[in-house]
Amino acid sequence: MSTVTTAPAPAKTSAAPAHPPGHEPVHNYLLEPGPGPDVKGFARVWPTVKAWATTVDHKRIGVMYLFTVSVFFAIAGCAALLVRAELMNPDMDFLTADEYNRMFTLHGVMMVFLFIVPSIPASLGNFALPIMLGAKDVAFPKLNLMSYYIFLAGASLAVYAILSGGIDTGWTFYTPYSDTTNTAVLPMTMAVFVAGFASILTGINFIVTIHKMRAPGLTWNRLPLFIWALYAVSIVQVLATPVIGITMVLLAMERLVGIGIFDPALGGDPVLFQHFFWFYSHPAVYIMILPAFGVISELMGTFSRQRVFGYRAIALSSVAIAMLGFLVWGHHMFVSGQSPLSSIVFSVITFLIGVPSGIKILNWVATMYKGSVWLTAAMLYSLAFIFLFTIGGLTGIMVGALAVDIHLHDTYFVVAHFHYVMMGGTVFAMIGALFYWWPKMFGRMMSETWGRISAGVTFFGFNMTFFTQFILGSQGMPRRYFTYLPEYHDLHQVSTVGSWFLGLGLLMVLFNMIWSLFKGKPAPGNPWGAATLEWTHTTSPPDHHNFHRTPLVTHGPYDYDVLFSGDGYGGDGAGTPAPVPNPEVGGPQEMGKSVDLGLSQPKPKHD
Amino acid sequence: MEREGSFWLPPQSSTTAHEIDALFYFIIIVSVIIQIGVTYYMVKYAWKYRRRSHADRPVDVHPNKWLEISWVVIPSLLVFVVFFWGFKAFVSAGIAPDNAYQIHVTGKKWLWEFEYPNGTTSVEDLYVPVGEPIELIMTSTDVLHSFFVPEFRVKHDAIPNRYTTVWFEVKEEGTYQVLCTEYCGTAHSEMYAYVHAVDRGTFNEWLRTGGGNDNLPLNELGASLYDKAGCQTCHSVDGVSGTGPTWQGLWQAARPGSEEGVADANYIRTSIVNPNAYITEGYEGIMPAYPNLTDRDINGLIAYIREINGDWTAADSAAAAAPADSLAAPADSLATPDAEPAE
Repeated sequence: MSTVTTAPAPAKTSAAPAHPPGHEPVHNYLLEPGPGPDVKGFARVWPTVKAWATTVDHKRIGVMYLFTVSVFFAIAGCAALLVRAELMNPDMDFLTADEYNRMFTLHGVMMVFLFIVPSIPASLGNFALPIMLGAKDVAFPKLNLMSYYIFLAGASLAVYAILSGGIDTGWTFYTPYSDTTNTAVLPMTMAVFVAGFASILTGINFIVTIHKMRAPGLTWNRLPLFIWALYAVSIVQVLATPVIGITMVLLAMERLVGIGIFDPALGGDPVLFQHFFWFYSHPAVYIMILPAFGVISELMGTFSRQRVFGYRAIALSSVAIAMLGFLVWGHHMFVSGQSPLSSIVFSVITFLIGVPSGIKILNWVATMYKGSVWLTAAMLYSLAFIFLFTIGGLTGIMVGALAVDIHLHDTYFVVAHFHYVMMGGTVFAMIGALFYWWPKMFGRMMSETWGRISAGVTFFGFNMTFFTQFILGSQGMPRRYFTYLPEYHDLHQVSTVGSWFLGLGLLMVLFNMIWSLFKGKPAPGNPWGAATLEWTHTTSPPDHHNFHRTPLVTHGPYDYDVLFSGDGYGGDGAGTPAPVPNPEVGGPQEMGKSVDLGLSQPKPKHD
Repeated sequence: MEREGSFWLPPQSSTTAHEIDALFYFIIIVSVIIQIGVTYYMVKYAWKYRRRSHADRPVDVHPNKWLEISWVVIPSLLVFVVFFWGFKAFVSAGIAPDNAYQIHVTGKKWLWEFEYPNGTTSVEDLYVPVGEPIELIMTSTDVLHSFFVPEFRVKHDAIPNRYTTVWFEVKEEGTYQVLCTEYCGTAHSEMYAYVHAVDRGTFNEWLRTGGGNDNLPLNELGASLYDKAGCQTCHSVDGVSGTGPTWQGLWQAARPGSEEGVADANYIRTSIVNPNAYITEGYEGIMPAYPNLTDRDINGLIAYIREINGDWTAADSAAAAAPADSLAAPADSLATPDAEPAE
């Protein structure tokens, strides 16, 4: 046992009211007083719908994003299950070759553009970023809402493209194929074009918010690492997304009026398209993974009760990755006909970018050293992330090595590699983040037991699905194949069965979430004993405007010792020291008072 | 013949494969060591320092500059080793020797066509002499394709309006699978070809006989071309609809819009030479033209279509097997049906 704090007993209810008069958490951002019993029918619902649809509250927008991207994740995930099921046997089972091609394209386009790019930044980032900064909202709340609607418009175009016959180019839209196929390429390129604006606007919003709206005392060196990661991501979003927008417009013009930029018959160059495409899509890989790095830093710190090891290295490596990420796009094109000299340069920079990622992994592991590691479901997902991302990163070194990539390029090895990074990385981090922030978002605890079981099932299913694909790939199985040679049959079957376990694990997470909303234990303000502002200074769920008074930050984001020893600053404007939280009960605000879910109206005083 | 691969990689059948494999295994071994190290410490710390009660308090750990510097420097050195190794092998795999035997390769939906220096062409079967460097000069007529032979560890995209090259030297005689690895549409996954590595004598003989097709009777030539020219990728002979219409029941079937209104010899010839002249209802006009097929090849395909529709008699075989002058007969003479179309 380590030292036991000699903190004072929790304050008496009467001594220090947690909220100033008039600021009791009777309302929170999720719920408002409902209409009286005399209002019937549609009119009961309409005010709520209207309030959500026109909200400029970053928390509500974050929740709407979370819901939207989850729907797309579910659709694209089902498409993946269908693809895997079709690959159970080499012959045609229930999809034709053309349907199969549409199916994997649907999976890719949706997962990339409608799920994983907006996933963590737009949902959890929107929700948590202003609160972690001690701000009432993002810098441009209306712009934030506009981003959401632009994203919805882009997503609607994508859905329209799918309903009007789908698209069979793969998510990469390589010309000349995308130029000649008679599927719905135009609406899909427009969908990507439109959705890109949502990404750019969110990026601008975050950058301004982080620069201008930090609470007093929240210096750059005290920024939570999740914020650092979102900052790096926002820079990439703002700088890279316009390129994919322009590329999509050029592709559309190529199809509509034949301007001949990419069409070899008109003197164009199809390889140019690949340069344009990857100039966005490689930085986009960092749009997808950097927020996950941020999440893992938060989780490792909080659940190890330990200052994140090498804080500054992690913070700066996020920015370094974001910058270098612009200079490695050519490693997707080692065998595409770019000049060997370019390939060599791209290979060097690719290896350089591997180093900061490796540093992060070692720092996260070192964070647990001599800590107090709390193996919650969120932490298990975080540890799973480290294991899977390490594999994803190391195999990235393999495909980054020029000679080895000749053999591995466009095989299942690459498929496995990026699923280890994107799914084993970003998605596992996002699930961990949901377990972590869910109590804050919805005021309810998810089931820890089922959370831990689901972590085990998804981890097992994921490895069964994708590790086999490394072997398939290095044995020569090319990607995007509807049918395959008999020697690949066994591994394909293992992979397909694994995908069912993975699907089962994800379903368990979904049911856990839905269950928690109705049956979950009410969440205290700081159930994990974390030290960042969204936990120490707000209720669960937070009020509309987050804070009753602007917090003053006097310590780093992972200085749990300050929080626990009680010599920190209470943030109530009176200079009283913060009480010691008991993490199993809750944070400072909940000490000594019953948890108010904000579900009830204020009771009359005489009651 | 049986060639032995390993758990990770297919057999090494080209002279450059071992260089790529050596680096592959080097990275795998180092990666496994790193992975085990990371996992070991992760599990160890997570278990050893697990929280036993909420009163648990961590020990203050101070930043360790040297530790952090070490894990910047050591991985950097490692990746530079990997880079230079990969660079070296990339150069040797990328530059063909001067004396390489050059073969032109054309990728098209969904077959590979090979043209040898003496004008011989073949489809789907690439014959190469064993033990000699071969350079493939590749292009495409429609979309991107990629020429991949897993056992040779070679791969490169074939791009329209541009030449790209791969080279290899096969170590042992045998047949090797060629796969297309750049997504190219419906039959992408069946765009197979085979490299037949044979000794120089057999290769010369194969080249001299124009790919071995010169001595076949017409219907057998057609049957052989059906596979070799890639017809089978889209057209079945058993009544199943593929990307293109099946050939079963094709002969003399109604084809509204064509000159005679039925699929006769002229119709088939036109459909091969200029595929977009008539598009059968329910299919897309995506068939490429086949300028490399000779008159005799086309006659062979017509004969083969007649044969599978039961319209090829022994007399036809005898006539087709007759000496060269009958082969030179115009397509029309072959087209005249000797019997009523089969039901």
